[in-house]
Amino acid sequence: MSDASARSKPTCFQELILTLQDYWARQGCLILQPFDMEMGAGTFHTATTLRALGPRPWYAAYVQPSRRPKDGRYGDNPMRLQHYYQFQAILKPSPPDILERYLGSLEAIGIDTSLHDIRFVEDDWESPTLGAWGLGWEVWCDGSEVSQFTYFQQVGGIDVDMVSGEITYGLERLAMYLFDKKSIFDLPFNRIDSEVPLLYGDVFLQNEREQSTYNFEVADTDMLFRHFADAENECRRLIDRRLPLPAYEQCIKASHCFNLLDARGVISVAERQSYILRVRDLAKACCEAWLATQKEPA
Amino acid sequence: MAELLLELLSEEIPARMQTRAAEDLKRLVGDGLKGTGLEFANARAFATPRRLALVIEGLPIECPDISEERRGPRVGAPEKAVQGFLKSAGLESLDQAEKRDTGKGEFWFAVVTKTGGPTAATLPSIVDAAVKALPWPKSMKWGSGTQTWVRPLQSIVALFDGKVLDGGIELGGNMAPVRFGDTTRGHRFLSKGQIKVSTFADYRARLMAAHVMLDAEERKSLILSQSHRLCREAQVTLRSDEGLLEEVTGLVEWPVPMLGTIDPQFMGVPPEVLTVSMKTHLRVFTTGAADGSFANRFVMVANNMAPDGGRTIVDGNERVLRARLADAKFFWDQDRKTTLEDRVPALNGIVFHAKLGSQAERVMRIETLAERIAPHVPGADAGQAILAAHLCKADLVSGMVGEFPELQGVMGRYYALEEKLPNAVADAIGDHYAPVGPNDRCPGAPLSIVLALADKLDTLTSFWSIGEKPTGSRDPFALRRAALGVIRIVVENNIRLPLRKFFAADDLMAFFAERLKVQVREQGVRHDVVDAVFALGGEDDLVRLLARVQAVQSFLATEDGNNLLTAYGRAANIVRVEERKDKSLASRIQGAPDQALLVQEEERSLHAQLAELSLGERMQREDFVAAMGELAGLRGPIDAFFEKVTVNVAGDDRLRLNRLKLLNQIRATVDQVADFSKIEG
Repeated sequence: MSDASARSKPTCFQELILTLQDYWARQGCLILQPFDMEMGAGTFHTATTLRALGPRPWYAAYVQPSRRPKDGRYGDNPMRLQHYYQFQAILKPSPPDILERYLGSLEAIGIDTSLHDIRFVEDDWESPTLGAWGLGWEVWCDGSEVSQFTYFQQVGGIDVDMVSGEITYGLERLAMYLFDKKSIFDLPFNRIDSEVPLLYGDVFLQNEREQSTYNFEVADTDMLFRHFADAENECRRLIDRRLPLPAYEQCIKASHCFNLLDARGVISVAERQSYILRVRDLAKACCEAWLATQKEPA
Repeated sequence: MAELLLELLSEEIPARMQTRAAEDLKRLVGDGLKGTGLEFANARAFATPRRLALVIEGLPIECPDISEERRGPRVGAPEKAVQGFLKSAGLESLDQAEKRDTGKGEFWFAVVTKTGGPTAATLPSIVDAAVKALPWPKSMKWGSGTQTWVRPLQSIVALFDGKVLDGGIELGGNMAPVRFGDTTRGHRFLSKGQIKVSTFADYRARLMAAHVMLDAEERKSLILSQSHRLCREAQVTLRSDEGLLEEVTGLVEWPVPMLGTIDPQFMGVPPEVLTVSMKTHLRVFTTGAADGSFANRFVMVANNMAPDGGRTIVDGNERVLRARLADAKFFWDQDRKTTLEDRVPALNGIVFHAKLGSQAERVMRIETLAERIAPHVPGADAGQAILAAHLCKADLVSGMVGEFPELQGVMGRYYALEEKLPNAVADAIGDHYAPVGPNDRCPGAPLSIVLALADKLDTLTSFWSIGEKPTGSRDPFALRRAALGVIRIVVENNIRLPLRKFFAADDLMAFFAERLKVQVREQGVRHDVVDAVFALGGEDDLVRLLARVQAVQSFLATEDGNNLLTAYGRAANIVRVEERKDKSLASRIQGAPDQALLVQEEERSLHAQLAELSLGERMQREDFVAAMGELAGLRGPIDAFFEKVTVNVAGDDRLRLNRLKLLNQIRATVDQVADFSKIEG
């Protein structure tokens, strides 16, 4: 996979992102930008959830800032964040050499596969809120999980027409492995020989503290319950108007409200399942509406 | 005779599915061959993380001809029927058929011979059918295809007699089929390019050269022998773990065991925690020191031979382990800042089951049960039992158990010890889920016995009360396991526990009896004897029940016992036949026979013998051996009775009734020990 245009081995967080973008661009992927709304994982981006459905081929890669309010630790835990980055590549239909291409991405970011022990360990993926599942692996490098690999089988409760191969890199965890750091906050964000060298902590530690306080202590739960209900209603209304893309944004909004309410501890165990099902119903309706548009002649 | 070689190369197959899939492939292809009349000498199947392989030896080059006989219509049947028959049998005219008398008239018969043709021509469809029928636990589509497999199928080697079979597997959609071929690939990282193969021996050798060890057994024994060698050199011993070995074998095509070291700062964390963390997160083996304690070395099995001798791999694994153990140590340090008692209120927030309330409510039920069970267990202090029950679920809300649920109980014990609670209480908390399987250790300390029984009896009675009883293969709350646990604890520790004091449901007692039969079958205890003893009803003390069963079973093994069983059967049979003829008889032959009517010597002697017995009393005193001795003494008189005395004397109903009474008494007497009618002769 050595290529004259390939970047040299990344030495910091942003070079890791740039290298992956560069690599997947050369594999024919569109390089998209993050979806501009709060979401729990890169899978929620329309470039994955919706594009995985329907008969049209789709190769894309992008970084997605991901928010999981419950995972916040006020910046005290060196390995957990409530806001972090995922890098996602989706190849639909999955090409026969997709694993070789994936291994090429590891080489590109500086993992010499002859020196390491790379394993594909069974790990099936399921998103109850998206009504989606697939089969695949956790990819281990010397025992460390460096990616998730999934062949999507269903999204929004609908069998896919064409299978997407989805590769997700948890960027902070991967960077900790590559740059041998025990704490996320010690990761070099840009090159240490930069004019203004900064660490991940310089950029995000304060954010982790404040957002954790917001997520766990301050978020206005009455407002969030209202927003959840509003988003749910708006989503339904938009589906009736056959506007799947705006409707799906309301679904994402409802999902994030639920995550915040869950972090605030105001949703009981019994209610939890019913909220997940409500979001899933929205996602399903959006996926169905989207699919209807895809089967029409473009 | 020729060889069929098949290899299905795919992306990485989950370790847990490989062995079964190889066997399924062998069975499906084998059945397909037999279905076309093809016999073969032997078949062997193999699996690695990326391939299923099958070799079938001793197949004929040509399929045998198959001749088939078809019966047509009756001779002289209408023309239409005859024409239909000729057409279906492929005959020109009736000249090619023959008349045969079947005994039910004359019929037309046709003998149709199908010529076999070359085996190579029939194999593709057999392989195709086997691939499509292979039952993966979970399978998937890929690309734009519709065919499913466990993971994307990449290539197929299909060689018969050294030649590639025609055809391939269609994938559907607009995907190209996977054509049968003669090339495969070696190890994902240690081999480059395609490998052309000819025979199985050649295939196996070339794979080996390409760093793929085809046979899982070979990989397993290599992992073991090299791991042991590494351990010997480091003066530690490998802690064997069959399940882990099985899994690791399915994760590597070229196993390379290597030794790693646990950072000393973590050696103070309980070994169970270290083990779980190492096993579930890294799939590595733990080791023990000479004194049996947990050693700071571990064995990992890599799937690569690295040019640096594996240093990078070992470093990487040690680093991951450090991070994992730092997590575990964090929980260990944090959890010990809160006492178990202080955690109990949080159990209110954990639902045990929607209809059975929270874990806190469950704990209260277990406390009550423990208090009631304690008096039945010698050496158990009721106060301590209540305390142990009160704290037994507290670790469910600790950080460590939140992270590693499988450490429930184990952590409770450690935290109790850290708090300086009595050792017996700590051990009871640690033991109370045991035994969790047939090979698991059974609690033996008095307090542990009380708590383990209380936990299981609560599970059984609670789920029983909401109608969640196991049915067929469905046992979502593992009630069978709970009942087996109770049985093992009671029987192995000789605990005299009247189970009926703890529940009222008859079918729960019957459930125990069924489990008991399963449990003791391996020890050679007969299920019919258990039934016979259990049928008497009222027996809820499993220890006494088993002692009784064993006494009856050994008695039945003697000549006296066997004979008595026959005599009992004869007596019961005569009574039953008479009762059937005369509905009012049953009530008239109750009670003791009239002595005055005992006219023959044999009658008197049998009656005297029966009267002398004190079976009931002996059973009461649990002197089963003496009771069996008494039963044995009955054999002579009963045999003599049947030899000399006619029961159904004609013309003297009083005599007949009296004799039937005597027979009935035999039955009633013997039934004090067990319901002998349930025993299979």
